[in-house]
Amino acid sequence: MEKIEAKDVNFYYGSFHALKGISMEIPQNKVVAFIGPSGCGKSTFLRLFNRMNDLIPGARLEGEICIDGKNIYAPGIQVDELRKEVGMVFQRPNPFPKSIFDNVAYGLRVNGIKDKSFIAHRVEEALRGAALWEEVKDKLNASAYALSGGQQQRLCIARAMAVSPSVLLMDEPASALDPISTAKVEELICELRNEVTIVIVTHNMQQASRVSDKTAFFYMGEMVEYDDTKVIFTNPHKEATQNYITGRFG
Amino acid sequence: MKKFLEKAVKWLLTASGFVTSVVILLIIGFLFTEGAGLFREPVVEEGYVLALNRENPVSTLTAAEIKAVFDEDVTNWKDLGGDDMEIVPFRLEDADKYFTQEQLGAQYEHAGAAIASLVASTPGMIAFVPGSMVPEGADLNLIEDKNISAGEVFGGKEWFPTATPAPLFGILPLLAGTLWVSLFAILFALPFGISIAVYMSEVASPKVRNFLKPVIELLNGIPSVVYGFFGLIIIVPLLQQVFGLPVGESGLAGSIVLAIMALPTIVTVAEDAMRNCPRTLREASLALGATKWQTIYKVVIPSSMSGIASGVVLGIGRAVGETMAVLMVTGNAAVIPTSILEPLRTIPATIAAELGEAPAGGAHYQSLFLLGVILFFITFFINMCVEFISSRGRAKNS
Amino acid sequence: MSTPAYPKDFSMKKRRSQKVAFIVFRVLSLLIVLILFAILGFIIYKGAGVISWDFLSKAPSDGMTAGGIFPAIVGTLLLMLGSAIVAFPVGIMSGIYMNEYASRGWVVKFIRLMTNNLSGVPSIVFGLFGMALFVKYLGFGDSILAGSLTLGLLSLPLVIRTTEEALKDIPAGIREGSLALGATKLQTIWKVVLPMGMPRIITGLILSLGRVSGETAPILFTCAAYFFPQLPASIFDQCMALPYHLYVISTSGTDIEAQQPIAYGTALVLIVIVLVINLLAGVLRRHFENRLKMK
Repeated sequence: MEKIEAKDVNFYYGSFHALKGISMEIPQNKVVAFIGPSGCGKSTFLRLFNRMNDLIPGARLEGEICIDGKNIYAPGIQVDELRKEVGMVFQRPNPFPKSIFDNVAYGLRVNGIKDKSFIAHRVEEALRGAALWEEVKDKLNASAYALSGGQQQRLCIARAMAVSPSVLLMDEPASALDPISTAKVEELICELRNEVTIVIVTHNMQQASRVSDKTAFFYMGEMVEYDDTKVIFTNPHKEATQNYITGRFG
Repeated sequence: MKKFLEKAVKWLLTASGFVTSVVILLIIGFLFTEGAGLFREPVVEEGYVLALNRENPVSTLTAAEIKAVFDEDVTNWKDLGGDDMEIVPFRLEDADKYFTQEQLGAQYEHAGAAIASLVASTPGMIAFVPGSMVPEGADLNLIEDKNISAGEVFGGKEWFPTATPAPLFGILPLLAGTLWVSLFAILFALPFGISIAVYMSEVASPKVRNFLKPVIELLNGIPSVVYGFFGLIIIVPLLQQVFGLPVGESGLAGSIVLAIMALPTIVTVAEDAMRNCPRTLREASLALGATKWQTIYKVVIPSSMSGIASGVVLGIGRAVGETMAVLMVTGNAAVIPTSILEPLRTIPATIAAELGEAPAGGAHYQSLFLLGVILFFITFFINMCVEFISSRGRAKNS
Repeated sequence: MSTPAYPKDFSMKKRRSQKVAFIVFRVLSLLIVLILFAILGFIIYKGAGVISWDFLSKAPSDGMTAGGIFPAIVGTLLLMLGSAIVAFPVGIMSGIYMNEYASRGWVVKFIRLMTNNLSGVPSIVFGLFGMALFVKYLGFGDSILAGSLTLGLLSLPLVIRTTEEALKDIPAGIREGSLALGATKLQTIWKVVLPMGMPRIITGLILSLGRVSGETAPILFTCAAYFFPQLPASIFDQCMALPYHLYVISTSGTDIEAQQPIAYGTALVLIVIVLVINLLAGVLRRHFENRLKMK
């Protein structure tokens, strides 16, 4: 069964039709990249998967999005339960103004885990998973703001992974980072695919081609093309895709 | 010509830029010169002396001791470091008890000599008389005339500026009253203020917020006399009934009124701080499965703590300096309060109530200016705290 | 890989605690609205019956147990006007200096610190200061002049801050645009910056007038008269003022029965002044905002 299934999704900000009739399937434990020019709706679409757009006043959704076969917009679905399953990493590193440890432990604590030794164990695991453990193990109680930008972003990945979600959404996770930090984050993405299904929005096409198994190209609120990454970047079927990846616009 | 105008305007603007600094300096200067005069005033009312019998070894008395003697709270010299002997206080009004009209003379021209011989013949007597009445070379022991000391003022537990022969200027009861009322006011206002701020910035729909905002502004705009009037008519009788008090004017009434008055400050500043909490932090928390409420108390409130703290401190500042409302509802008893249900008196209320009656230039008048200096420095200190807290908050956020 | 075992009922629990917390917030917020309406409603209800043309246009009589509050209304308006004359020019200039001229960071910081400090000084301290400087030292005596000066200084920080904030929001590009056309700095400020900032400055000025109208402590010893039934003839006369009148009548009245209605009426007039001023400021703000949007 597919991990995520979008069925004829239309999304509106007030009267603005932001996403137009999108259907797609995302297979389990794969990395799927969304590419497209800014304002094309790729981030909006991504944020539908953990209902982050619920916060926007006047936003409206038509169609269905199913995760593990369950419509996440069905009545009776609890958003906080959903977000435990679907983690998210944002464009800019956004650690809480707390210690490194408390940042990673946050998700566990707000979801009711009180066992201290388990939390400590899980924090270490998550930090190791994010390849950050060696760098921070001696200063777990230091403020997360003392870390560099790249470290902060890996901390945010660890924070999201600590809850052990089955889907990880990444909204241009490397756009605010330097090349070396970007390479580290990309490396991480490749490792994490064994544990989670990853959907990543990026404006960087090389990045999409490096890390993803499948790629979707968005333009003006529509999903123009969705295929294996190799196909999209070597032999796209649509002219618009071709034009975009060869840099003729965007 | 044009250049000259530019220059002139620039200088004018620069000068007005510093006008607040100049005003602050002037305030400090004038308050200080008037207030510091208190320490040059004699303990005993100006022009008067305290005369003792020659045999009495006591030569100095503090203002508090003098008051105790003449209030007959202390009745034996041994309590004052003298011999075991009863104290016989004598005021000018008592002259009729000891002398006939003829003995004093029609114009009281013999009064000085008569009193001097009375004191000389009564071992335990202490006489409070005008210095001019005491005859040259009388065989008397005069209490050393000292100036009012800082210790008596800042450590004094009694505020009794109209007492004779020696007024008492102990500011402790007033200081305690001020802090007591302000503290309770903040205790009341804090839960309300934070809740409303959270509600307005995090929970309420824009519509509700647009309704609440002017409500808070209006609460801020209502004059303090109107609050005082409202407190006097509604809160004071209510408290009297609820707690069965002899008088409803009490610290509690003052605290309640002050709490309402400090609320807008706390709400506005705290709400501002919370709205400035970055959206990305909220989203990060929500994306981890936290509820809105968890996000508020685990992320939004901690990260806007410095703003909230500034709001609270500013609220305290407002409460400490508030005059009219407090004057009208606290009952104005200058005693160190033991319970919030008792009447008490704050520094601003004391100034407002007494300055009208204090003769200009006298010790009482100067003492009120000294209270002004103290009040100024309390609020100055509070403001510095706010600056410090919010500059630290800014540094953390950037 | 260890997977967290999330407690089953916790999601419910945390949602319930959210519900409770939000209900508490809502109730407390509602309560504060009720308090405001209680104060306003009470004074309007009790005061409305007292208000009449005579009450507004006659002087108090019979030892302030009868008659109206005309001199107090006039006095308050005069003090508002006087304080405006004192504070507005200096305050606006000071705000302009801070935003347009003061170049070095520490100068601005220092002035702002002093302005903040001045705004934190209790009004009774202003009263003391006004008495020492204007009444005694400069020899103005208890007078409208001394009262206006004191109130003017009191409202100064508010005026400065409003001006500064209004000017700060004007984009730098607009100034550069004017300067690039050869205008001098002064011309730029006078012709471009000030007109753009004016709406917000005016709103702030109106609000500061509202504050002045209700202040009592600063005029206790500088201006306010207990009873002064005729209108002041010059700025060296004392005058009555609404807030002080309300204070006097409600605390040191001789005939409580007869004076309480007058107190309600006075409080109502005072509240109406504050309401009108707040409303006016609100309307102006909206009006100017709409005009800016249209552009």
